[in-house]
Amino acid sequence: MTAAQPLPDPATSPDAPVPALPEAPKREALYFALRNPKLLIGLGIVLAFLVTGILGPFFLSPDPNARIAPPGLPPSGEYWFGTTQFGQDIFTQFVYGIRATFLVGILGGVVAAVIGMAIGFVAGYKGGWVDEILNMITNVVLVLPTLAVLFILVAYMDSRGVMMQSFFIGLTSWPWAARAIRSQALSLSSRDFVDLARLSGVRTWKIIVRDIAPNMSSYLFMTLILLFGGAVLAAAGLDFVGLGPTDGTSLGLMMHQAVKWGALQLGVWWWFVPPGLGITAIVGSLYVMNVGLDEVFNPRLREM
Amino acid sequence: MRKYFGRKIFVYALTFFAAVTINWMIPRFMPGDPVQSRLARASLSNPEASQAMRDYYNSVFGLDMPVWQQYLNFWGSLFKGDLGVSIWLFPTPVTEVIMDAVPYSLGLLLPAILLSWVIGNKFGAYAARSKWLDNTVLPVGYVLTATPYMWLALLLAWSLGIVGGFFPSSGAYSFALRPEFSWVFVSSLLEHWFLPFLSLFLVSLGGWAIGMRNMIIYELESEYANYLQALGAPRRLIRRYAFRNAMLPQLTGLAVQLGTVVAGALLTEIVFSYPGLGFLILQAIQNQDFFLLQGVFLFIVAGVLIANFIIDIVYVLVDPRTRIQMQGGAK
Repeated sequence: MTAAQPLPDPATSPDAPVPALPEAPKREALYFALRNPKLLIGLGIVLAFLVTGILGPFFLSPDPNARIAPPGLPPSGEYWFGTTQFGQDIFTQFVYGIRATFLVGILGGVVAAVIGMAIGFVAGYKGGWVDEILNMITNVVLVLPTLAVLFILVAYMDSRGVMMQSFFIGLTSWPWAARAIRSQALSLSSRDFVDLARLSGVRTWKIIVRDIAPNMSSYLFMTLILLFGGAVLAAAGLDFVGLGPTDGTSLGLMMHQAVKWGALQLGVWWWFVPPGLGITAIVGSLYVMNVGLDEVFNPRLREM
Repeated sequence: MRKYFGRKIFVYALTFFAAVTINWMIPRFMPGDPVQSRLARASLSNPEASQAMRDYYNSVFGLDMPVWQQYLNFWGSLFKGDLGVSIWLFPTPVTEVIMDAVPYSLGLLLPAILLSWVIGNKFGAYAARSKWLDNTVLPVGYVLTATPYMWLALLLAWSLGIVGGFFPSSGAYSFALRPEFSWVFVSSLLEHWFLPFLSLFLVSLGGWAIGMRNMIIYELESEYANYLQALGAPRRLIRRYAFRNAMLPQLTGLAVQLGTVVAGALLTEIVFSYPGLGFLILQAIQNQDFFLLQGVFLFIVAGVLIANFIIDIVYVLVDPRTRIQMQGGAK
């Protein structure tokens, strides 16, 4: 590794926690990150969708469900993705749907990550009967079929918003993350530097936040990405059975509408192809990006 | 043996208990008395049914009773197999409606899960450490796992069903036929079964292939593989050992993934109007039939738990280490 970039090394800045492992300078990670096609391609696609989702709506009609065009038009120069049977512009719905997708992914992913991290860290660090109980809870939620739980939870709500939906998704999708984080925290908590911190009377949560978590930050980040993808897929499933947000639109809701109003039988393929393609592209790029990140952070996987 | 299965059964019992409790709590503690408003809004054509539902609601929920009494009664009727009466198909009991749908769901799920697991594992094992296959299997696998179940179902139904006309794209058998044991009926059944099966199979395939590939690479890097290689053992032999070791985490993965695949089957059934549990869920939601929805939920949970238990047994049969540990042998 001959990249001698004169970058300040954040790992050695004064307030950083004592690194446990042999120094893994961030600039080395950056060096490999910029040369990893999987990471770059994945990140590029995700960012392209993100920018479309954030900026797109400003250039389009404020109401994605407005009936502004002749019904059932195939894709054309004027209506890029065609129109629905009700004369709604599919491209406008698509762009708003991407925005909703990212919102659900981030909110659901973060809620799940927070719960998973709290349970995983405490279980892994504390051990003993705390670990036993938390493990039991994790296993119970793990075997519950998530989407089925979401169906009955959401079906009883009178008005449904994106916020509520993501919160419920986060509430049910954390178990595998908790398990993975627990096993990592378990192996870290027996290291010397953690013992030292414990001996000098540092509080538990402080040890977790300052000594354990930073040493697995890359792992946590990748977990968050997977939770994001899972939340997007779960939300699409909920929307598709008609339990989506009652206001606005989403990619899953578009497919729900398409099936409900017979797009299949009428051959209106431009109604259901774009939303699914959008979800597949976003989630697929995230997964590929994750593989790239894994190679960047884990030297054994690098193809060099 | 006792301890291992005892622990597992305890977790499953706890899960079932939690599921039933969730099922009991949601209609009672959600803000704004949802059951009453649902019943008022339910699409009941004849007033007689509406009155019957109201009576049923009052007797089942017994809201004047103390909360713990309501809870115990709920368990009581559950053990009698009484899940209420369907609003959608009034006056059929929910249990009966579900029982009619279960064979279709199982017929779809079992082959799709087992075949995708077996074939995905084979693909993944071949792909590991072979440049050409790896570069094709991996991207395809990631795209497949990222595909929403219903979208692939829609694409297949549209391309192979409606445009291509190779397979029918809705229902479980031709409308012109009655269920009977004849060649015509069975072939119609199979024709209608194929597309939903294919869709479910393909989406699950990718994940298994990727998982197996990663496990095999991990195994091939381990000490025993290096040692065998140093001894000059043939490549195939090393790979066979790696495969056997990599199977175990994949088996655990199967248990973890079950819930997702079942959910995928529900969504796939909806696209193909395949009369399984997923179709029931859609009907229940559209007709505000909450007894049916809750019944289906309990059924799915019970099914997933039973399948988990079967996988636990298989795991013991496949992994000699757990067996030896259980018999109190060496660690």
